[in-house]
Amino acid sequence: MAVLVVADHDNASLKDNTHKTVTAALAISGDVDVLVAGQGVAAVAAEAAKIAGVRKVLVAESADLGKQVAEAVTETVVALSGGYDAVLIPATSAGKNYAPRIAAKLDVAAISEIIEVVDASTFVRPIYAGNALETVQSSDAKKIITVRATAFKAAGEGGSASVETVSAAGAMAHTRFVSDEIVKSDRPELSAAKIVVSGGRALGSAEEFQRVIEPLADKLGAAVGASRAAVDAGYAPNDYQVGQTGKVVAPQLYVAIGISGAIQHLAGMKDSKVIVAINKDADAPIFQVADFGLVADYKTALPELMDELAKVGL
Amino acid sequence: MKVLVPVKRVVDYNVKVRVKSDQTGVDLANVKMSMNPFCEIAVEEAVRLKEKGVATEVVAVSIGPVQAQETIRTALAMGADRGILIQTDEDLEPLAVAKLLAAVIGEEAPGIVVMGKQAIDGDNNAVGQMLAALLDWPQATFASKIEISGDKAEVTREVDGGLQTLSVDLPAVVTADLRLNEPRYASLPNIMKAKKKPIDVKAPGDYGVDTAPRLKVLKVVEPPKRQGGAKVESAAELVSKLKNEAGVL
Repeated sequence: MAVLVVADHDNASLKDNTHKTVTAALAISGDVDVLVAGQGVAAVAAEAAKIAGVRKVLVAESADLGKQVAEAVTETVVALSGGYDAVLIPATSAGKNYAPRIAAKLDVAAISEIIEVVDASTFVRPIYAGNALETVQSSDAKKIITVRATAFKAAGEGGSASVETVSAAGAMAHTRFVSDEIVKSDRPELSAAKIVVSGGRALGSAEEFQRVIEPLADKLGAAVGASRAAVDAGYAPNDYQVGQTGKVVAPQLYVAIGISGAIQHLAGMKDSKVIVAINKDADAPIFQVADFGLVADYKTALPELMDELAKVGL
Repeated sequence: MKVLVPVKRVVDYNVKVRVKSDQTGVDLANVKMSMNPFCEIAVEEAVRLKEKGVATEVVAVSIGPVQAQETIRTALAMGADRGILIQTDEDLEPLAVAKLLAAVIGEEAPGIVVMGKQAIDGDNNAVGQMLAALLDWPQATFASKIEISGDKAEVTREVDGGLQTLSVDLPAVVTADLRLNEPRYASLPNIMKAKKKPIDVKAPGDYGVDTAPRLKVLKVVEPPKRQGGAKVESAAELVSKLKNEAGVL
């Protein structure tokens, strides 16, 4: 039994989600190959070949694959699927887009966002925004699975897998890429950051969000997140959203500022190692999951926090 | 152009669900049910397409128990023209739902399917993509903007790191993300009018597709509880604890 992992990358570098998905794949089988589907991905493939435990790296390149167009990735993976019993895909927005399409083409179930591999056909996945965990056993001969990467440790380096080129799907007839608006930032990526600083509706405006949240994030070398309420109110861009319908994060330290802690937000951050909450409402639900809660108005607490961090050399 | 909008009846998003003590599932007895929030957004978008003169008819389809008629009525009150209920008490998996919808589409021949990206019960985020695959149609998921001109739709999608815009040939499946629009509340006159709009009731067997489950749910449990609730008195104490106790600075 062999498993194919579809790499998460941006054509320039490999994302850590791939290493974590490889860990999930190794829990199913010792024979794990990685597919790097993109354009101009030689460096990505070289990185993937170094992941410990990987047998082989397959490279498929085309313009449509470079933009992760679902139809193109689907055709490429379906063509390769004969040699595999399972295909594991990081549950990124791109992975969630094409995984069910692959599954339907193969007439099998899509098993979404697993957080644990029980055995080769049994998996645990969150339902109801993480308020329940279901254990499902698949009867399909081939399994198409998306993996919530934060639930798995990253596979190490030190491998030396072979790299081979496989055929990519031709140009898609009915779907055309028009444009990308990807936010460029020097901060770490939200879903991979060791520290995340998030702001909520209490900030009151986009200007205040930037004035308060960003300096603290920069001081801590953190990624910036936001609650859905803050995003809906236009204080922060949509890709900052942490929660059930946004990004799921599990950093070493999560700092929630002016976030009340709606169920849908908690679903996206409650697996963080340490949670800090600063909120002036002592009854805010966020305090129930916080390891360190500070009941205070952020307007007074944040300047003090910046000073105290400076005192310890940050 | 006809727009088809699948809608699902789910636990209301404000309800905190409880896992049954026998671990067979989530307790849905006497729990408030509503239209899945992403489906509401899809209905709103379809109705706006009709109001703009792009669409001529909006058909809402639901697969579920007899009470799913209420969900269809909600869509009709928002402005959909008619409904189709495929009545079943079984909790069908996304692949089975996609197959039934594909069969409905075979009969209805819509120019576009607009649907929610995910239902908030199973959180699978799969039916739209599967439906597009079965029909061999293009897909544009997680839409935050849809512009239709002629036989093409330009769809702006929410992706990790920002936005991506695709142009897809119609017919296509488009799935709605949160920021596509803000769904309207149905007015009382429209709720009354909706009662007179037709709903066609069908059974899964009418469509001759395989809806057998592929997954067996072995158990459903509550997630481990997080031990939180500790408070600090000051920023100084917070920094000291983060540095010395938690070791995360």
